[in-house]
Amino acid sequence: MKTTPDNSGDVRLSKISKTYGSFTAVHPLDLTVPEGSFFALLGASGCGKTTTLRMIAGLEEPTTGTVRLGDQDVTHLPPYKRPVNTVFQSYALFPHLDIFENVAFGLRRRGVKSVKKQVEEMLELVQLGEQARKKPHQLSGGQQQRVAVARALINHPKVLLLDEPLGALDLKLRRQMQLELKRIQTEVGITFVHVTHDQEEAMTMADTVAVMNGGRVEQLGAPADLYENPRTTFVANFLGTSNLIEAEVGTRSGDDLVLRAGDGKLVLPTARCTAPAAAGGKVLVGIRPEKISLTHADDAGEIPAGRNRLTGKIADASFIGVSTQYVVDSPVCPGLSVYVQNVERDGRLVPGADVVLHWSPAHTFALDAAQAIDAGTGEEVAA
Amino acid sequence: MSTLTEAPPPLSPEAPGEKPPRRRGRFTPYWLLLPGMLWLIVFFALPMVYQASTSVQQGSLEQGYKVTWHFATYWDALDAYWPQFLRSVCYAAAATVLCLLLGYPLAYLIAFRAGRWRNLIMVLVIAPFFTSFLIRTLAWKTILADNGPVVHVLNTLHVLDLTGWLGWTAGDRVLATPLAVVCGLTYNFLPFMILPLYTSLERIDGRLHEAAGDLYARPWTTFRKVTFPLSMPGVVSGTLLTFIPAAGDYVNAELLGSTDTRMIGNVIQTQFLRVLDYPTAAALSFILMAAILAMVTLYIRRSGTEDLV
Repeated sequence: MKTTPDNSGDVRLSKISKTYGSFTAVHPLDLTVPEGSFFALLGASGCGKTTTLRMIAGLEEPTTGTVRLGDQDVTHLPPYKRPVNTVFQSYALFPHLDIFENVAFGLRRRGVKSVKKQVEEMLELVQLGEQARKKPHQLSGGQQQRVAVARALINHPKVLLLDEPLGALDLKLRRQMQLELKRIQTEVGITFVHVTHDQEEAMTMADTVAVMNGGRVEQLGAPADLYENPRTTFVANFLGTSNLIEAEVGTRSGDDLVLRAGDGKLVLPTARCTAPAAAGGKVLVGIRPEKISLTHADDAGEIPAGRNRLTGKIADASFIGVSTQYVVDSPVCPGLSVYVQNVERDGRLVPGADVVLHWSPAHTFALDAAQAIDAGTGEEVAA
Repeated sequence: MSTLTEAPPPLSPEAPGEKPPRRRGRFTPYWLLLPGMLWLIVFFALPMVYQASTSVQQGSLEQGYKVTWHFATYWDALDAYWPQFLRSVCYAAAATVLCLLLGYPLAYLIAFRAGRWRNLIMVLVIAPFFTSFLIRTLAWKTILADNGPVVHVLNTLHVLDLTGWLGWTAGDRVLATPLAVVCGLTYNFLPFMILPLYTSLERIDGRLHEAAGDLYARPWTTFRKVTFPLSMPGVVSGTLLTFIPAAGDYVNAELLGSTDTRMIGNVIQTQFLRVLDYPTAAALSFILMAAILAMVTLYIRRSGTEDLV
């Protein structure tokens, strides 16, 4: 295998698409995953993320477009000729082989003679040295998962593909494995492409996240960037929670845009409005629940000037330890979510209380009102 | 009352203080076993005991038989009929190998490639069972008839020269030769090979094939290293289901063979029904059973299938 000094671990998808009969699983897609990065494809089930991954692995042939690894066009290469390896959903370990032979499988197929040292090192890396002679069914889910990673990584692939690798694990183990996978990726420096429907998992692990919906990439970027600056309602709702309020574009004042929501006005930096902002047009104003402060209506006078504010009535409050989550009904928008850190709890903030919600204009974003306001809500539980 | 340290049990609609329900149905499993056990005792265990006693009796039909613990019958029977034993094992083994060679690709095709045709092909595999074993074997008599098309084609292609040289056929005939008997056995027991093979192949997770491909195994290597080892339970049960009845079969040798192709089943049948030498017939039956048991045990040990998931 010839390795070019740089970019040989890039994954470049150009115009790839996949259709099954009349169903389009993946719409023509351009995507570049830079070498050495941890890249996550995030979306609800059926959004095309797994199909995209399988096209990189060679397990599906794209209907159109090309797959390149570095400078090599691998579109029509069968999987066994591609320098990529996959960690399958539910692992697909060979049940008739022990852990050692499972891990050695790829090396043996490529005619590597002395596999013992390499396999032992790899089992050490995933902390399974003791289990080498056990069969897969004798291991726990987390251990099987590590075998699956070891079995793929030992081949030093240019790209490691992970298809919902943590989906079968319980929450605590999942958190632990997320950190472990991240550690391994940093250690070996191989490009990881990770498919998941868990937005927290994607944000914790990946350098870059591509949010997919309906066979298309909705938005691509660093986790924090996606979270703070969602460009579609799907991304705003799928990554965390967003309050979206319908508003009408009013005037501009300097770098700010003034909007009317009901009889109040909301201000945001013009740069944070991704919608066409002609005066009189409709937009959706977005604000994350944790950015909102909650003040009892009696203390409304103490709120600093220059903050966006809405009035409302607390409909529900749930205490979850680090914070309290409120649902506030406001005349302009019912069911606003507000998360308040439990630092100094105001005893008056109980359901039925009149409150003022206020937040900094800088935390406000605006989206095109032509989209479905509830896209991406509640779909996280699917898959 | 002590303080509550755990959640109170949910209230049941029944009155409090009622005794826990008695564990009824504790004997149900045994009742369910009973019919099968009775059947086995009457139709398997008792005849076995009866045959065992017959095998150590001496006497004649006219004077009656008496148990004399005459174990020499076993030795004499083995001494007289060992060629038929050997032949039975060879024919049954040949038929089993042929069944495996024919059945495996078909079972593989049904399990992985047949798609919507799967059920239709399965019905076709089982279809021969709709006619009697005897009639199907008689049909082979017609198929392999001396002036039939099969023999004609084989003759034209000089295949019969080769099989004749190997001692499988004699002259221009196929009927009444070892080849005919093995063909009959293969045909009759093929479904018993295909069904277990299909079952174990069909259970293999398709992602294992993908995983093997992903780990640089070419399709043929994937078959050798993943598919075939995982189908071993089917191979073992298929070969057993073929070999065991084939080794004791006498219909195929009777209808398609000649006096030179007599199998042990034919000998037992003749001893029981024509010669009326019941002790020898019974002894032969037990020897056959013991031999098959020994071979099967050895085979299962060697194939190590108990280790497979």
